[in-house]
Amino acid sequence: MSQELNRLSVSEAQEGLRRRDFSSVELTQSCLQAIDEAQELNAFSHVSADIALERARDADQRLAAGDDAAMCGIPVGIKDLFCTENVPTQAASKILDGFVPQYESTVTTKLREAGAVMLGKLNMDEFAMGSSTEHSVYGASLNPWRQLDSSIPLSPGGSSGGSAAAVSADLCLAALGTDTGGSIRQPAALTGIVGIKPTYGRCSRWGIVAFASSLDQAGPMTKSVRDAAIVLQTIAGHDHRDSTSAERKDTNFVDSIRGDIRGMKIGIPSEYRVDGMPAEVDQVWREGAAILKDIGAELVEISLPHTQYALPTYYVIAPAEASSNLARYDGVRYGFRAEISEGEGIDDMYEKTRAEGFGSEVKRRVMVGAYVLSQGFYEAYYRRAQKVRSLIKQDFEMVFKAGVDAILTPATPNSAFPIGQMVDSDPIKMYLNDVFTVTVNLAGLPGISIPARLDAKGLPLGLQLIGRPWEEGALFNLASALEAALEFNNKPEKWW
Amino acid sequence: MTISFEDARRAARLARIRVTDDELPRIANELSSILVFMESLKEVDIAGVEPMTSVTPMPLKKRDDQVRRGGHREKVMSNAPDAREGFFAVPKVVE
Repeated sequence: MSQELNRLSVSEAQEGLRRRDFSSVELTQSCLQAIDEAQELNAFSHVSADIALERARDADQRLAAGDDAAMCGIPVGIKDLFCTENVPTQAASKILDGFVPQYESTVTTKLREAGAVMLGKLNMDEFAMGSSTEHSVYGASLNPWRQLDSSIPLSPGGSSGGSAAAVSADLCLAALGTDTGGSIRQPAALTGIVGIKPTYGRCSRWGIVAFASSLDQAGPMTKSVRDAAIVLQTIAGHDHRDSTSAERKDTNFVDSIRGDIRGMKIGIPSEYRVDGMPAEVDQVWREGAAILKDIGAELVEISLPHTQYALPTYYVIAPAEASSNLARYDGVRYGFRAEISEGEGIDDMYEKTRAEGFGSEVKRRVMVGAYVLSQGFYEAYYRRAQKVRSLIKQDFEMVFKAGVDAILTPATPNSAFPIGQMVDSDPIKMYLNDVFTVTVNLAGLPGISIPARLDAKGLPLGLQLIGRPWEEGALFNLASALEAALEFNNKPEKWW
Repeated sequence: MTISFEDARRAARLARIRVTDDELPRIANELSSILVFMESLKEVDIAGVEPMTSVTPMPLKKRDDQVRRGGHREKVMSNAPDAREGFFAVPKVVE
C-alpha cells in the first residue's frame, strides 16, 4: 500500500489521514521513494528528507490530537523560487550558489503552520525566466509524458516545470509554483495537471525571489481543481510585509465548489483564435465551450481588442522590472562572487560576477530591461507599455461589466515540445508560448488551467478559465464542473 | 529598429554585465530582434491613457516608522561571500 500512497490527491489523502488509514510518515515515505526512483526527471533540485520526516511526525501528532487543518500531513514540493529557512534556495541560478535563506517566505510559512510536509525544492527556469525549465543551473527537467511510441525527452514547460513534472509523476501531492506570464498555467497544461494563478495581491510575495513584481503571483499546482482550492485557501491572505497584498477575507474557496454553473455567462474571445494555431488546440477549445453550454452556461462571443499587444507589452515590462529586481545580485551580500585579478576594482567584480553568475536568458532580459529604462528610450518603450497595459486591463473590465462571468481560452498554443527545441530557437519563439496566459498577469486577474484531453500524439492539452478579480471561488466552481464533465483521468505511463 | 554594437555595449554596461567584443554581434542581434517584436506597440493609440502603476487599485499602505524586527546581524551576514568583523568586504573602492 505504502508504495501507492504518493498517487493520492490532497483531498483523498486528507480523508485517509483523518480515518487513520495511514500516517503522514507513511505518506511522506511513499513520496520520498517515488522521488528517489524519478531522478531521471530532474524535478527536484533539493530533497529535504530529514525535514520532511520530522514534519510528518509532527503532523501525525497533530492529527492524533484532532487537528483538522486541511493541509496537515500532506507532502508538498516547493519551487526553488521560495525562500525556505535553512534549505538551499537558488532560483535555479549560479549567482545564488550556496545561498541558504535564514527566513521562510510567507506562503511557505502558511503551509508549514497548516502542517504541510515540505519534501524539497523544485527545478525551474533561472529566476522564473523561461517556458521550458531548460534555463536552469540544475539542468533541464523532463516531462513525465512522452509521445506515443517515442522516447524523445519532452519539456514539462516552464518556468515552474519541476513543480509540474513532480505533481504529474506523483512525486508529491501538490506543489507551489509562481506565475509571471504563464509559469504555472503553461507547465500545468503540458503535464496534464491543474494550476491556478490567483488575482494579483491574493498571496503574499514576501520571501519569494522577485522577477517582475507587478506581475508575480504564487499559486498551487495540483492533481484536481478541489486540491487547488484547498492549497490556495491555505496560502492566501494579507501580509503586512508585502504592501501589494490585499486585505481580503473571502478565501473560503473549497466551499465555493458547488457543481452548479447554470446561468453563468462564459466569454469566448475571438482574438485568441491566433494565426497558425494547431487544429487540435482549436478543437479542444470548441469542445470545452460545448461542454460548458451542455452543463448550463451561456456562451457569448467577446472581443479583447488589445490582445495582440500583450506579449510585446509583457516583454517590455517584465524585463524592466527584472533588471531592477536583479540589481541586488552583485556578489556582495549573498551567493556567488567572481574572482578578480590584481588591479581590478569593485566595478570589475560586479560585472564579472553577473557575467559568470547569470545564464544567457537572464542576461538577455536584464540587458533588455536596462535598455528600455534608459534615458531616451523610457518614454518610447517602458512608458508606452505601461499605457498599453492599462488598455489591456480595460478590455477585460468592459467584458466583465457587460455581464461575462469568466472567459474560456486554450491554455497553450501547443502540447509538450522536445527538449532542445526552445533553447535552440530564436528567443521570440519561446515567448510565444505565453500568448494565451500573459494577458491575465498584465490585467492582474485569476486564471486556472485544467487538463482537457490528449492530442493525437498522446500528450495532454489544457483549457484556461479566466475569472473576475477576487472571484477565485466562482472560478473554482466553474473549473470543477468543467473538470467533472471532461473526465480527464489520464496519467503518464511510468518509464523513469 | 536595429541595435548597434555600441548600443549593445551600453546596455551591457548599464546592466553591469561584462561582455567581450566577440559576444557583441550576437547580443546586438538578439536585442534587435526583441526590440523589433516590441515595435508593434507604436501602432496603439495611447492618447489620454494613464500608464498603469498598480494593477489592483489600492492606495499604498503606510505604517509607523519604527523598527519591528532587527538584531540579526549574524543571520544577515551568513550568506556573504566575504564578511569580516560584521562588515561585507569588497575590493578596494578608493584609489
